Amino acid sequence: MMAFIEVGYLVATFSFLAGLKFMSSPKSAKTGNLIAAMGMVLAVTLTFFAAITATVPYTNLIIMLLAIAVGTIIGKFLSDKVEMTGMPQLVSIFNATGGGCAMLLGVVEANQMDVTTAILGNQILLIAGLVTGAIAFTGSIIAERKLAGKVKDRRSKTVIFSARFLLVLMVLLPVLYFFGIIPIEFTAFMYVLATLAMVYGVLFVLPIGGADMPVVISLLNSITGIATALAGFVYGNKAMIAGGIFVGAAGILLTLLMCKAMNRSLMKVLAGTFKKSKNGAVEEDQDIKEISISETALSLSFAQKVAIVPGYGLAVAQAQHVCSQLQQLLEKRNVEVDYIIHPVAGRMPGHMNVLLAEANVDYSRLKEMDEGNENMQQYDTVLVLGANDVVNPAAENNPDSPVYGMPIIRAYESKQVIVLKRSMNKGYAGVQNELFGLDNCKILFGDAKTSLLEIVNQLKLI
Amino acid sequence: MDAPTFHQTTTTRLTMDFINQHIQEFYFVLFCVFIGIEVIANVPAILHTPLMSGANAISGVILVGAIIVMLRVPEDDYLNLTLGGIAVFLGTLNISGGFFVTGRMLKMFSPKK
Repeated sequence: MMAFIEVGYLVATFSFLAGLKFMSSPKSAKTGNLIAAMGMVLAVTLTFFAAITATVPYTNLIIMLLAIAVGTIIGKFLSDKVEMTGMPQLVSIFNATGGGCAMLLGVVEANQMDVTTAILGNQILLIAGLVTGAIAFTGSIIAERKLAGKVKDRRSKTVIFSARFLLVLMVLLPVLYFFGIIPIEFTAFMYVLATLAMVYGVLFVLPIGGADMPVVISLLNSITGIATALAGFVYGNKAMIAGGIFVGAAGILLTLLMCKAMNRSLMKVLAGTFKKSKNGAVEEDQDIKEISISETALSLSFAQKVAIVPGYGLAVAQAQHVCSQLQQLLEKRNVEVDYIIHPVAGRMPGHMNVLLAEANVDYSRLKEMDEGNENMQQYDTVLVLGANDVVNPAAENNPDSPVYGMPIIRAYESKQVIVLKRSMNKGYAGVQNELFGLDNCKILFGDAKTSLLEIVNQLKLI
Repeated sequence: MDAPTFHQTTTTRLTMDFINQHIQEFYFVLFCVFIGIEVIANVPAILHTPLMSGANAISGVILVGAIIVMLRVPEDDYLNLTLGGIAVFLGTLNISGGFFVTGRMLKMFSPKK
């Protein structure tokens, strides 16, 4: 029976890996998700049946069955109900549940542990898993609240200092404890650390700015993975170790990717600091050239290749669907329409792609930044919708600018840029956009969604 | 009294025991890290959100641990039964929600005619 279960875990581990591998193409990704899910069901079912064959009290079994049933139903309900714009919040919630599970698992295990016979290494792993789980748990909850706009950034010195102090404490205390310097019971010590870690989770996410949320979500995801792997170590369960490590790797990879896309170091993100422009705001007079709706519609319909650069503003205005309508109209006129998507165009990695896919945009039209930049000269018109800093040439040629060094979509290299803007307000980084003053850039003032709708109406008439 | 030079201290011995017991797992972790990074680095940016929610669901494998721990809790230990029950609930929620929502997103990425 044991061998049977071990093989089951092996199959599950393989399914996780296969599932992730299948994610390398939109065509196979759905199958991959199914494979990973089936592997998971297998692992859980086998563990559960191992439970039934052992002499386990009925109370425990009933509680488990109830918890699993309720968890499955609520999970399905939440995932059916969520709006695609709310995806970062939902992923944060699910991440919190994973962290919470890791934490509680550590607490119960510590309560059950016979300290006199337990191996020191296992105790340390248990504590480490519990602490990481607790940080991911409260951290993800705060991240969710911030994404939902319910909690504001707190960047005060006290918060940042307390967070660092707690971090040091969480490293120092276990060292002192395991050398026998702190004479308290293991369970008591465990509760102290769990509490510290939960407070740390809150303090660590609080100072992080709204634009940096993609980094934090990725990081928290990775922390949950590490907590899972640590717990897997305690039980010597390879499916848990592998699953945890894969998630940890995915999280770290995305974290670094997001940092690079924003040209921010992870340390700066965590401290919530921003680069200020050096010599105040040197505002140059820009020669702004306005364009009207009908001129925009006309130039779009006579173009051969059009690129749309969407920003999160587009999603906030719920204009993805109008955007997709515009694309269909243009395609009927044999105009090729691509979307060039900056890695941070959204509230989590890849968010904008999901929003556009929801609006029925074919994924072959979704171009990554590098691909878009390579072919930029071929585009007759680039339409900038709700994006600002990610098309600012200052990032490449003005070392004094706060956005300097950030990889951008080089819209200015195309034949013509049309920016849809409500007013001349600045972008998230609060800097002037040098693109607007360039000769090939025109501005269409007005609400992005309304303007798009009017362009669509005009195109229908032409 | 034995000569202390011929005996390892307790801490070192425990550390040695621990390493001997877990050395296979260390190798395993090493390979997982590298394979994981290689596989995940190949995921295109357009699928990063489903990748994250899918990975999130995979980290729900912690549920296996929660079930194992529930097997050992005595029937009358209500505190730990409650905590363990909540752990099982949270783990299941993580798995079910994660895979369902990933599936829902990926359905939108299906090839269109």
